[in-house]
Amino acid sequence: MSADHASVVPSVTPPLWLLAELTYRCPLQCSYCSNPIDFHRYHQELDTQAWCDVLRQGRGLGAAQLGFSGGEPLIRKDLEVLVEEARSLGFYTNLITSGVGLDVKRVNALSAAGLDHIQISLQAADPDLASALAGSKKAHANKLAMARAVKDAGYPMVLNVVIHRQNIDQIGDIIALCDQLGADEVELANCQYYGWAFLNRRQLMPTRDQLKRAEDETRRWRERLQARGRDMTLHFVVPDYYEKQPKPCMGGWGSIFMTVAPDGAVLPCHSARELPMSFPTVNDLTLHDIWYQSDAFNRFRGTAWMPQRCQQCDQHSVDFAGCRCQAYLLTGDMTDTDPVCEFSPHHAALESMVEDAQVIRVLESGAIPRNVHMARQQTSTKDSE
Amino acid sequence: MNHTNIYQLRRGRRLQWEPVQGCHVILYPEGMVKLSASAGAILEQVDGQQNVSDIIHTLCQHYPQAEPSELVRDVEVFLAEAYDNGWLHLREEKHHVR
Repeated sequence: MSADHASVVPSVTPPLWLLAELTYRCPLQCSYCSNPIDFHRYHQELDTQAWCDVLRQGRGLGAAQLGFSGGEPLIRKDLEVLVEEARSLGFYTNLITSGVGLDVKRVNALSAAGLDHIQISLQAADPDLASALAGSKKAHANKLAMARAVKDAGYPMVLNVVIHRQNIDQIGDIIALCDQLGADEVELANCQYYGWAFLNRRQLMPTRDQLKRAEDETRRWRERLQARGRDMTLHFVVPDYYEKQPKPCMGGWGSIFMTVAPDGAVLPCHSARELPMSFPTVNDLTLHDIWYQSDAFNRFRGTAWMPQRCQQCDQHSVDFAGCRCQAYLLTGDMTDTDPVCEFSPHHAALESMVEDAQVIRVLESGAIPRNVHMARQQTSTKDSE
Repeated sequence: MNHTNIYQLRRGRRLQWEPVQGCHVILYPEGMVKLSASAGAILEQVDGQQNVSDIIHTLCQHYPQAEPSELVRDVEVFLAEAYDNGWLHLREEKHHVR
């Protein structure tokens, strides 16, 4: 796509990715969760038949990659059935899980159903910190056992650790643990501030110093691993707020990706529910109509919706003016330039937020755990504001 | 490239024809790459049985109109690239007389 196509309605290409958020229920309470803060309102989940129908429609549209996530997708007893259906339709099936609810029997059942890939998340290396972050005492040991079980079943061991202010200084220990477990790939993903993570951003955002030390430590580990001939890939993802150019969120709105939320709402990304707009559901419309015709998916396609400064910028076909959710959360206007962009008039405010995070101080309150009780409390404060 | 090399798709990599895209794709954890028609045709022959020379022979039969020297070069270049991308691993060498 070149810049001279500016302001032309783009031709819509088929989706490649379908993210099936099977449930918002989760046994963990991580304060950096990207689920919507009012997740408790969407407890009416699609049943097995409805999900199978979503999978058939998504595959028919052209999606080839499928992610099962949540919440914790293992809570769904029909996960194996859905994996089998997805695999027989020709999807490449990825399970994104905390590992809680997994045992060796289930790993083997999922493998037999044709699951292609499993990614397990860890919270920290230290069991006490891990249980404090996840709000569960038993989870950590089970995660480690399941990481091994996944590898025993013949999968590569792919671990994901969300990195933030409270665990970033232990990044060396985290990598050492992953190494010791026999991981093949480790994603050290700095927390991005959506949903609960946005709510808790002051407690989560690392300082520039912490970030630099973590990057250096990761680099040293890469060299060490290579010297040993150990094949473990380390991906380090920098938090957005420290960047000057926004990320090309989801490869562009309604461009390759769609999420189906637990209740059947169809979203251009899993955070979009935070935006002040309504989204169609699979209970009312087909995925085909939603992808090609709905106002929601057409809303931020192309460049006509962009602010002048983005329309005139030669980067708009690279970063698509950034993330709509981030624009909304930080400026109150979802049609504005993502403030991560150094040319956004709100970039200075973002920088001062980052500056504020440089001071290590005892915060007046801890991070708010993601659970139904806090969700109710947060949304009722919001409603009465 | 050693023509006795036998390549195989690495576990977790899958080659598939996508009717909607009208092309072969290679699928891997949380990602995919669309393949050109020739890349798709070559990768279809990578089965962990045929060595590079077998693959060239098979493709020459499938595409009699192709210039053999170009076809050999295409196969070599693409297999090297696919190996570098981590899509393939090298099985033991297979020596045989056809």
